[in-house]
Amino acid sequence: MSDLTSAPVPPIGPEDHVCGEGEGLIVYADLGCPHCAAAWAELAARPGGLAFRHFPVASKHPRSPALHAAAEAAGAQGKFFAMVDSLYGDRGRVDDPHLWERVERLGLDLDRFERDRRSAAVAERVRRDFQSGIRAGVAGTPALFDACTLVAVREREF
Amino acid sequence: MIAAGTPAPDFTLRDQDGEEVSLSSFRGGKVLLVFYPMDFSPVCSDQLSIYQEVKPEIAAKGVTMLGISIDHSYAHKAFQEKLGVDTPLLADFEPKGEVARAYGSYLDGLGFANRTLVLVDEDGTVAWAYESPNPGEFPGANIIFDALV
Repeated sequence: MSDLTSAPVPPIGPEDHVCGEGEGLIVYADLGCPHCAAAWAELAARPGGLAFRHFPVASKHPRSPALHAAAEAAGAQGKFFAMVDSLYGDRGRVDDPHLWERVERLGLDLDRFERDRRSAAVAERVRRDFQSGIRAGVAGTPALFDACTLVAVREREF
Repeated sequence: MIAAGTPAPDFTLRDQDGEEVSLSSFRGGKVLLVFYPMDFSPVCSDQLSIYQEVKPEIAAKGVTMLGISIDHSYAHKAFQEKLGVDTPLLADFEPKGEVARAYGSYLDGLGFANRTLVLVDEDGTVAWAYESPNPGEFPGANIIFDALV
């Protein structure tokens, strides 16, 4: 059973998906979350590095686990952020046939993509990010950390 | 907020299906009471959704999680379905907020409970309690696991 007690956000490491260069921020994001989609273009375009960590909240966004697995599978073929951009850019088309269209558009090997996205390794990879977010107290997405300190969340009254 | 070490006030409330649920019926097991302001609010939605994601890990610690707010069973049912959660949601509806008041969680003037977590141990004693600084933020699930170590 995983330890989900409090722990700092792990620093950016070699397993992280990082876009951009330089000092990095870390974002815990849900690929099914409209707020994350709205924030994504600005986040990805900001100067400096950005590590994307998976935080799928399946009860709220039932397709999220499949979308995160799809991003990981695309990442195995070097297209992680291309898939993230694609998913956030067109949130209304996230069923399997739509994923296959994206795979074709990105020039990925569909058979490998299908194998990878259903693999235990991908599920474990996604779960690992999610659990590190839980341990850091992530309470909504997107949650942005700078040097392991939470710097931005959506503000809400209650 | 109720203090650790005091007997947890017993209650009987209706759940999202209109069934009566008594705290005392869980005697012999641990119960996590999750007081929250109201169904459908953005923060409450995030809170219950994220807790749902770690519900198996909470259950593995021998803990039953129960949500409580001032909403009626019908609202709870719709909220549960909207969120896709299966945590029982109890209606502290009439007298409004009576259970929240008994646990020191009710916010007079606002008309609902603050976000308060109360862990009740096997013999019905409050083992731990946590209240959010304000209803706009909720305790991350890590706080629950810290209490269950």
